Amino acid sequence: MADVSEPLGAVLPILDAKSDLSVRVRRGAEYIAIPLIALAVSGLLFSVFLLALGKSPAEFFSLVERGGFGTAFSLQNTLQRSAPLIMTALAVAVPARVGLIMIGGEGALVIGGFAAAAIAIPLVGRAPPLTTLIIMAITGVAVGACWVGIAGFLRYARGVNETISSLLLTYIGIAIMNFFVEGSLRDLTNPNKPSTKPIGEAYMVGKMPGTDIHWGLAAGVLLAIALQILLSRTTFGFAVRIAGGNPRAALAQGLSVGKLIVICAMIAGACAGLAGFFEVAAIQGRANASLVAGYGFTGILVSFLARHNPIAIIPVAILFGGIVASGGLVQRRMDLPDATVLVLQGLTFLVLLTSETLYGRFSFFRVSGTEDRT
Amino acid sequence: MSQAPAVIVLLAVIGGALRVSTPFMFVALGECLTEKSGRVNLGLEGTLVLGAMCAYATSFHTGSPWLGVLAAGGAGATLGAMHGYICKLPRVNDIAIGIAMMLFGTGIAFFFGKAYIQPSAPRLGSFSLGAWTGNSQIATALQINPLLVIGVGVAALMAWAFANTRWGLIVRTTGDSAAAARAMGISVDLVRFLATTIGGFLAGVGGAFLSLYYPGSWNQGLSSGQGLMAVALVIFARWNPLRCVLAALLFGAAGAIGPALQSVGITQGYYFFNAAPYILTLLIMVASAGSKQAMRAVPGELSITK
Amino acid sequence: MRYPYISRRVVLKSTAAGLLAAVSGARIAAAKDIVLGIVYVGPRDDFGWNQAHAVAIQALKTVPGVKAVEEENVPETDACAKSMESMVNLDGANIVLGTSFGYFDPFMIDLAKKYANVEFRHAAPLWNAAKHPKNLGSYFGYLNQAHHVDGIAAGLSTKSNKLGFVAAKPIASVLSNINSFMLGAKKTNPNAVVQVIFTGDWSLPVREAEAVNALVDAGCDVITCHVDAPKVVIETAEKRGVKTCGHNASQAPLAPKGFITGAEYKWETIYKGYATKLAEGQPLPNMVSGGYESDMVRNTPFGAGASEEARKAATAGIADLKAKKPIYVGPLKDTKGNVVIDKTYDNLDPYLDQMNYLLEGVIGSIT
Repeated sequence: MADVSEPLGAVLPILDAKSDLSVRVRRGAEYIAIPLIALAVSGLLFSVFLLALGKSPAEFFSLVERGGFGTAFSLQNTLQRSAPLIMTALAVAVPARVGLIMIGGEGALVIGGFAAAAIAIPLVGRAPPLTTLIIMAITGVAVGACWVGIAGFLRYARGVNETISSLLLTYIGIAIMNFFVEGSLRDLTNPNKPSTKPIGEAYMVGKMPGTDIHWGLAAGVLLAIALQILLSRTTFGFAVRIAGGNPRAALAQGLSVGKLIVICAMIAGACAGLAGFFEVAAIQGRANASLVAGYGFTGILVSFLARHNPIAIIPVAILFGGIVASGGLVQRRMDLPDATVLVLQGLTFLVLLTSETLYGRFSFFRVSGTEDRT
Repeated sequence: MSQAPAVIVLLAVIGGALRVSTPFMFVALGECLTEKSGRVNLGLEGTLVLGAMCAYATSFHTGSPWLGVLAAGGAGATLGAMHGYICKLPRVNDIAIGIAMMLFGTGIAFFFGKAYIQPSAPRLGSFSLGAWTGNSQIATALQINPLLVIGVGVAALMAWAFANTRWGLIVRTTGDSAAAARAMGISVDLVRFLATTIGGFLAGVGGAFLSLYYPGSWNQGLSSGQGLMAVALVIFARWNPLRCVLAALLFGAAGAIGPALQSVGITQGYYFFNAAPYILTLLIMVASAGSKQAMRAVPGELSITK
Repeated sequence: MRYPYISRRVVLKSTAAGLLAAVSGARIAAAKDIVLGIVYVGPRDDFGWNQAHAVAIQALKTVPGVKAVEEENVPETDACAKSMESMVNLDGANIVLGTSFGYFDPFMIDLAKKYANVEFRHAAPLWNAAKHPKNLGSYFGYLNQAHHVDGIAAGLSTKSNKLGFVAAKPIASVLSNINSFMLGAKKTNPNAVVQVIFTGDWSLPVREAEAVNALVDAGCDVITCHVDAPKVVIETAEKRGVKTCGHNASQAPLAPKGFITGAEYKWETIYKGYATKLAEGQPLPNMVSGGYESDMVRNTPFGAGASEEARKAATAGIADLKAKKPIYVGPLKDTKGNVVIDKTYDNLDPYLDQMNYLLEGVIGSIT
């Protein structure tokens, strides 16, 4: 089985006479060139698809550029949309490093956001805004961590497949949120849209100075950097990578693989829970059914495309944010259904995953005398 | 004519089991075959949706719902073949490809399906096992669609084939040990490719049931994770086709509980009843994972249980 | 002299800029070309909520100088804010209509504050003069009046005296529809009861079909609903051989045997009003709402399931509502026995917008 969790950069030092740096550059180039080739191929295939429908690919891509990145408004739109994507993608990336494919980011986002809104109810009006927001964030993170942690624990303790269990937990988490939001925690002054009580303008996370984007983007970027450092420069990260590459060898080495699995699952849930907190505190101001916005699922894509590397997730998330942001413009100008963006995403995902098979095939990137990657 | 609440709920649950189980059944059987050969196809959710759309569109254009069923199977087989082909390339992760196919299949279905949300297409008919009772409620509960009968037939055929035929043995060997299969001269890739394609065909037919019979309409909210639950179903059924049928009936019944209880006045907490199938699946997975019997039944090459 | 080649992008950019300049000049007063942006939460052709709006927008095509830009499948997250902003910035919209409940707070409120020269209108009675900016407003049709008429006809169409209602979520406008339906049925048939099943979300076809089957099994012989896309409910009920009343848009073609009548919005009245006022340079009203008395709702023409008696009673009911006869005549109790409607309320009274109870005569519960 292929291991998609191979990180950018060498895992083990290459023992060779050739210069370390030039070898690393060649290998690194492979990691960038092949995804770019894949993106180009999927762009090509999608253009063929559009042509077959009588639509102009040139117009489509120019609208994507315009609606996603072309104007100051579009760029900020894109960046705002990519903030939750960064965090939900991290929620997939971290478990992937330890060999798990967990797709429960959506559920953790929803239940984390809900918990944050719920804890705000007794605090709003009584505690100062900053304190409240910090408590909300911690609550959202903790609840999200426990939620996905369940899936990790089930995998460790009973061998339950974590992909399916994390997805089931998503549906269950959404049901729990709906139950409380429409029932006991419902804000009765708002009869038409069941929500928790709004936290109010004064308590909301503001926008970064000079921009129209809230602080969630900064938080996501910092989180990505922090996790990258954790995974590549600490003992814990090293243990995770070994466990992810070969669990049996890791066990033989005395690593507690089970503990690593649960911890990684909890980190994943924490990331998604943080995304949920920002959705509530920076955008909606309350918890309601609008939390279920599909960020978790798009995050899966982003993580895979970034090959589960936290730093690479940032540009990929921005790219996706841009594609989604331009979707509205494409819909209006080209009279294409909004599912067009879905097709593009699915196609890109497929082509990029298929391109995995190209690694190690091109002699250009292979440096003679060094061991080949398996 | 009203009856005792318990009877109403029981009838609703039985009716639900028979109605709602068929798509689960087909997808589970398709996935069972695929997994027996050693591959996991998580993309069946997308196949289900695309099958539903193709069935509805074909039925609308040709006037024949059964042609629609065939078209759905064809679409499913195509997606299955894509999955099978891509996954045999080295270094490709079949779980990730499954998720990608799910997105792709759903995207294509929504994209082309836009034109079919409004129009009405000819639907599949049904016959009632309970017509002789003269009681309209029992008659409705026991409404059987031919696809359900076909599904059970396919399950029986598969079970028999796995145990008694050469083809069954080939598939099982490929799933249990690729090395052994190669030693026997079997092309592991080809067997898995065919198994995934046929699995996709069955899943597509399951989707046709959704759009051409129950609920009998096409729109974007048609599937709510049924394809993925079916994968869990197969684990629960320990890769036995006949048990897949029983598990599908159980899930159909679970899905009918929510509205049934509300209709007799038990109206509190309907969100949880509506989440019942998901909770049930999770509990089942926890219970059956790690159990000795399950461990014995797992195809050795399956990546999700490694 | 040769003109330099002007790319399409340049033309687009300059047109948008030009429109914006025209708009941000004297407050809309001089603009003759109106760009109306509308955002839907679902697909335009869903035989339901979104279709009702889309059909009304089509009626705008007869008004000269008005261009409509539509975007569908926009969720109630900041995606809607971005879509609307995109319409303002890139399409030059001077009026933006948001059609889903969740678009208003905080998204449209914030946008109205940011773009003071663009008019924003929202399809729910949420605007409040004290709290919200002046270029924001609400419009709403009191569909419960049309559901009341449905009930009048349904009461005379049932043999089992049980009417079924498939509802999405227990919010005020849905509850008002259910209660009004029940009150209408009781007018013509004091023994009628309404049984309601909540599916939990606006569009869940499998659960809606199950709900219809459950209701019919429980003895209901007239089914109606409040879900975004009633197609599945009506078709399933028709297959079971029971009668149906529609919702949002006309589902009559789906139920050739059992359709009685349906509750429909008449959004054209409002949209045409907005467009004409804008074209004439007049200010737009902040709150436009009404029912039959303002021609903002209607009932689908009677189908085969409507008996002569039912038709007469329903037509009389419509005339009553046009004459502003009240639906909620107190005292009325809720399902728990508390008096919730203490006196007679005018049909447009804001007290009714806060409804969070089911009246006696309805079997069902809110959570």
